[in-house]
Amino acid sequence: MTSKYLIKNVQVSGVLSDIAIENETITAIGASLKSDGATEFDFTGSVALPGLVDLHTHLREPGKEDAETVLSGSQAAARGGFTAVSAMANTSPVADTAGVVEQVYRLGQSAGLVDVFPIGAVTQGIHGEHLAEIGAMADSAARVRVFSDDGNCVFDPLVMRRALEYVKKFDGVIAQHAQEPRLTQASQMNEGFVSSQLGLKGWPAIAEESIIARDVLLAEHVQARLHICHVTTRGGVEIIRWAKSRGFNVTAEVTPHHLLLTDELARSYDPIYKVNPPLRTESDVMALREALAEGVIDIVATDHAPHAAETKECEWQEASFGMLGLETALPIINMTMVQTGLLDWNQVADRMSSAPARIGRYEKHGSNLVVGAPAHVTVINPTQLWRVDRDRMASRSRNTPFHGMEIPGVVQATFFNGRLTHKVGA
Amino acid sequence: MSLALPAPDMARAITRISHEILERNSGSESITLLGIPTRGAHLAARIASNIEAIEGRAVQHGTLDITLHRDDLRLRPPRALMPTVIPSLGVEGRNVVLVDDVLFSGRTIRAALDALGEIGRSQTVQLAVLVDRGHRELPIRADYVGKNLPTSQNQVVRVQFTELDGIDLVSIEDGAAQ
Amino acid sequence: MKHLLSIADITKSQAINILNTAEELARASDGPMKKLPTLRGRTIVNLFAEDSTRTRISFEAAAKRLSADVINFSAKGSSVSKGESLKDTAQTLQAMGADAVIIRHSASGAAARLAENQWMSGAVINAGDGTHEHPSQALLDAFTIRRHLSHGGEDLAGLHIAIVGDVLHSRVARSNVLLLTKLGAKVTLVSPPTLLPVGIESWPVTVSYDFDAVIDKVDAVMMLRIQLERMSEMFFPNAREYSRYFGLNTDRLRRMKLAAIVMHPGPMNRGLEITADSADSARSVIVEQVTNGVSVRMAILYLLLAGTTEGEGVTS
Repeated sequence: MTSKYLIKNVQVSGVLSDIAIENETITAIGASLKSDGATEFDFTGSVALPGLVDLHTHLREPGKEDAETVLSGSQAAARGGFTAVSAMANTSPVADTAGVVEQVYRLGQSAGLVDVFPIGAVTQGIHGEHLAEIGAMADSAARVRVFSDDGNCVFDPLVMRRALEYVKKFDGVIAQHAQEPRLTQASQMNEGFVSSQLGLKGWPAIAEESIIARDVLLAEHVQARLHICHVTTRGGVEIIRWAKSRGFNVTAEVTPHHLLLTDELARSYDPIYKVNPPLRTESDVMALREALAEGVIDIVATDHAPHAAETKECEWQEASFGMLGLETALPIINMTMVQTGLLDWNQVADRMSSAPARIGRYEKHGSNLVVGAPAHVTVINPTQLWRVDRDRMASRSRNTPFHGMEIPGVVQATFFNGRLTHKVGA
Repeated sequence: MSLALPAPDMARAITRISHEILERNSGSESITLLGIPTRGAHLAARIASNIEAIEGRAVQHGTLDITLHRDDLRLRPPRALMPTVIPSLGVEGRNVVLVDDVLFSGRTIRAALDALGEIGRSQTVQLAVLVDRGHRELPIRADYVGKNLPTSQNQVVRVQFTELDGIDLVSIEDGAAQ
Repeated sequence: MKHLLSIADITKSQAINILNTAEELARASDGPMKKLPTLRGRTIVNLFAEDSTRTRISFEAAAKRLSADVINFSAKGSSVSKGESLKDTAQTLQAMGADAVIIRHSASGAAARLAENQWMSGAVINAGDGTHEHPSQALLDAFTIRRHLSHGGEDLAGLHIAIVGDVLHSRVARSNVLLLTKLGAKVTLVSPPTLLPVGIESWPVTVSYDFDAVIDKVDAVMMLRIQLERMSEMFFPNAREYSRYFGLNTDRLRRMKLAAIVMHPGPMNRGLEITADSADSARSVIVEQVTNGVSVRMAILYLLLAGTTEGEGVTS
């Protein structure tokens, strides 16, 4: 039984086109294609992108299913235009063995809405002391290539060195959550003018930058690939720019919320704005935007972090760190990078699809929209406004900082392997 | 707006009240005048200086703010507190003469009696007002009245003193919002 | 003014209004009128999720002098210490009919969360939230300074005040910096560099690491309590070094301006940040601060609870 779709009147690399999908493949792209029995959708005014790939998501299963499951996270991802997500390892139990990563992989398969690529922990229990069974996870059904203790920093330089060296055997990459723990004990928000006035313990930029600096030098020394998670500071950007200019094999990501929100929001003491790494200053936001435009920061990654309501409805210092991100990512990038002229849609496709797929070694993802490519397609109407409503998100949790905001850009439809996984109004 | 008491008539009324107080209390020695701010305090000062001129010696006088004892605090945003100054001999065993500019519902005086009662036990409490405009809501009456002015509920009686308002005058205006 | 959450939220004229109201209430309290009927029938809850005897008693005395009913909800043994959330506690208080909640909490921003979330409808008074603010302390400090040094003036223009000690962790310092400068005073912070927050450049103060250079130039010295736990976190090497450089001892006391006063929010570490001689000297107004605390807190309760909350009220 053949499944056929005809996506009509979308911008593909700046050219008004139709896209024909048959089963799992894109079979034609061009103007005014013939329908030939396909289900037709007219998306006049929209832009088509290759299916988005998120290199940093927290799906919370196993262990915190009250906040999110692989299924609900997949639904949120599909709504956001994603066709692949990488599930971070800080679950309970931690994904530090073949068994857990295979479990997550299979849950993703059975949900069937996106490709879920489990990320394996670097160290056992993400405690930062002993290497996890990296080989076993790489060779498992989940075929893990990205390893991260995210949530925690691999703070011990010797452990980080060994990890960087070891994953070379598996063509893996270590994705570091850069946070020097001794400088950030009990830290609550960015250390700066605002924190001094609010009486909340500061999380200084140098706690992130000192780890980035150390690790880019380490990676170069042992000739390994390094990926820096959620870069948030101007100083961090400058270090990465320097490393790349010397040809170091470093990649970096930025979250949508760090491209828009600043630490001024903490003045309300509303922990919806509490996140790790924290929201920084306007100057940092501008530096991150420029870096993403330049390609010094390679990709956008959501760091989608669902949390149960009671952990956000309390005093700031008791609240959990983290924000939802999957469903709002593309509209926020539209708002902060496309509408400001910093990126065009081809570059968005690179930052949100091809580059992340390349870093994660996800072969079936990240291809440009060309005939013969797997039918992973995201359609967004960039001028349509959307009032974000936390009670109508697909995620099980409600902790989006954008609730009540009107943002430009509505994901009209998502196709995963030729199947329609999301459609506005459906 | 109608003129009820021009300046000369106001002065005469205040002089008469001053004499009446002295007559009733057989002189100024046992009297303590307490004016209720704002305008009652000015009136009390006038009466005090009249009495001092007549008797040739100082009379005990001060002010008694009643804001904290009002029964209608919750109806309006919080009111400023005015000064309470009790003269040197206190109120214990004294003949206290409360002084206010206008007697209307009587609630201000009720509050003044409560406030006074917490300061001490006077021998007697008497009341002097420049204008009694009727419409009592409590069983309160004045001992000394400058002028009885029949008014309707929605009219406003305005008492002005030179020290405060630049002119001495009592007038009646048709009320809008208070 | 519906709540009193932080000095940052109130205007200069609102602050002066509180001080003037406190002046009248102090006079009433000095005289025979110890108890006033003004808040009769109102229920005020002391929600003290962090230990504090002096502030709680001060607010309780203030409330009772205005004839309000006071209910004490303190940390130990209460459901707050057993892990009941702030939200649930607030909803319980609402159900109990609290007209006002005076909250002291170890989390910065706790008072703001209570007020903004509308879990309850009464007035919220911040009695100290984490290291953020302690508005009533700053107001009683300003009241005390005004009485001694202002010579009839309404504000603190022309005065120079030093705040000495652990500024980083001090809510008293934060509230005082905001209020004293709002009232026109000049403020100098004296502290070891480790105990000043990053971002201090954005505060309207001058900063000095040298107590001796500042002591003879100021009209009031406000000593902050130093907590001994700070030594284990390496903010300074030991108590001896701290006292030597930042303690108010007799030598420094002697060098103060003729009419200058010594203040401390309490509780004091006698011998650490302040010697016994300094605390007990004729310049010390520390005991008076406590008395003034009751009048100032009475003024706060009066202005928040006596009238309606609509409209401007008495702000000018």
